[in-house]
Amino acid sequence: MKRSEVIFVVVAFAAMALFPLVAEPYGIDRVTKIMIFCIFALSLELLVGSTGLVCFGQAAFLGIGAYAAVLLSPSDGPVSLLWLLPACMLSAAAYALFMGALSLRTRGVYFIMVTLAFSQMAFYVVHDTPLGGGTDGIYLTNKPVLGSLLDLERSLPMYAFTFVCLLCVFILLALILRSRFGRALAGIRVNEQRMRATGFSTYPYKLAAFVLSGGIAGLAGFLFAVKDGFVNPELMSWHLSGEVLIMIILGGLGHLRGALLGAFAFAMLQELFKSEAIFGDFAKHWHLGLGLSIIASVALLPRGLVGVPQQLGARLLGRHQSAPGATSIEGAK
Amino acid sequence: MDVATFLIQCLNALQYGLLLFLVASGLTLIFGIMGVINLAHGSFYMIGAYMAHALAPIVGATFGGGFFATLLLGLVLAVLLGYLLEWVFFSFLYEREHLQQVLMTYGLILVFEEVRSLLLGDTVHGVAPPDSLAGTIALGQMMTYPVYRLFISGVCLGLALCMYLVLSRTRIGMMIRAGSTNREMVQSLGIDIKFLYRIVFATGVAIAVFAGMIAAPVSSVYPGMGNSVLIICFVVVVIGGIGSVRGALLAALLIGVVDTFGKVLLPQASGVLVYVLMALILLWKPDGLFKAG
Repeated sequence: MKRSEVIFVVVAFAAMALFPLVAEPYGIDRVTKIMIFCIFALSLELLVGSTGLVCFGQAAFLGIGAYAAVLLSPSDGPVSLLWLLPACMLSAAAYALFMGALSLRTRGVYFIMVTLAFSQMAFYVVHDTPLGGGTDGIYLTNKPVLGSLLDLERSLPMYAFTFVCLLCVFILLALILRSRFGRALAGIRVNEQRMRATGFSTYPYKLAAFVLSGGIAGLAGFLFAVKDGFVNPELMSWHLSGEVLIMIILGGLGHLRGALLGAFAFAMLQELFKSEAIFGDFAKHWHLGLGLSIIASVALLPRGLVGVPQQLGARLLGRHQSAPGATSIEGAK
Repeated sequence: MDVATFLIQCLNALQYGLLLFLVASGLTLIFGIMGVINLAHGSFYMIGAYMAHALAPIVGATFGGGFFATLLLGLVLAVLLGYLLEWVFFSFLYEREHLQQVLMTYGLILVFEEVRSLLLGDTVHGVAPPDSLAGTIALGQMMTYPVYRLFISGVCLGLALCMYLVLSRTRIGMMIRAGSTNREMVQSLGIDIKFLYRIVFATGVAIAVFAGMIAAPVSSVYPGMGNSVLIICFVVVVIGGIGSVRGALLAALLIGVVDTFGKVLLPQASGVLVYVLMALILLWKPDGLFKAG
């Protein structure tokens, strides 16, 4: 990482850490949600941006993490965070292992659709069976506790806990991507054929990335369930898988900070166009503004939001720029 | 299940499958030939259905009405729309990575939905089938079957045949097939590939709009109808093998049968069956049933 990028990340995390000092409860609540989306987006970034596997079923892992949090909590009293959190992440990771083991046999667009198929299967299990409470969803009556240290019923501890989780996930992924394992994933993204020719068995690497990603998405799901105290099948719908994909593309693929930027930008755009103070009655047509800004971002920012400083620099210095592709889907034609 | 019910379900499956084929064939052409992942394809179906609803009174006032006149006007508008969209939004995307196209077309979905909501509101509408096709025919002693559904199946079959003939027997079909195999080579042979792409895109849009228009009387017209058809169309395209029109036909019929009979025989699991089918087929044949090229 270049120094400017490190500074950007440090400043971003410092801003998130200091935000509750100046914010009112509504803001804290919103940013908690956005930070959960950041974790979710980071989990997908590991697959799409770093490994080149475009997964269109990420919401399944989020949903499984969330449903596990509710279903594994007994109704008679709170349960310890120390075992509920790992249990949720493991259930999501277990489904990722199953889904990855099968779907990694396919490639390109076919891979996208197989991951969608498996996530839709999970969706219909909670949607159509009594296990998941159907379309109404189920409530989490007792939020998990950590002794008496952490009261997740209140919004400030929830914010702090989410922040710590996000920080840990970011650091973990940054370390992983710098490790030998991460280099191998990058190699697979750029040219899988060549990786195999140099003696890497790529399948276990891809599967490991898939399972790790599923576990992290499960963490995001756990936080969702605990924050809202409520889960419903929407958490597993393909709309959510699509939305998180849009977030990381908007932010810029191939960079962890792109996932953070994308999640924040997407949420901010929503907030902006939904605001009745600015748009008045037109605010209920907020999709229009969001759609137009997405189209504009494709036309103007070929490398996503992370590419903006570089683009500006090139513009100011008058240099001609080339646009290297971050990810391409093999076999899409 | 007695014979008449079985027969009716078979006809329903056929009609649903053929309609799916009509929407998905445009998608597979655009996808296979131009390499564009067009998420907005479901929106064209939605636009078609709303056109059938909104154009009917206008056509009635100017030309004296008629379902078929509305269809014709809708088709002309759809070709224009497709031509324009390709020119404004897609022509600069071919060199970009696929995920940028995904982002762009996602934006288009949102815009289409909201423009539709602004112009025509969010209420659910019904569209009446034309008088000449509004009747039913008797099947056995007790059951009847609407003529309009048979009409849909017939039209879809006719279009499928046309598409097959155009793609396999005509000069432009040959160029299209060549373009899907090797874009640069076709270009160096002196064929205007950009124009070809624009034609393919406009045709794909027109077919989807047409499908929406003829589906409107049976499915009613409602917000979000494009999104529900989009995913199932991608399923059809992928099962059939990307770019293969023949594969899309087979896959669409397969899904029609599985979905229709699933709803009758296994109502609890009807939603998931299609996806189980897709997962099984792709694990068996990772490139779909018929891979083009």
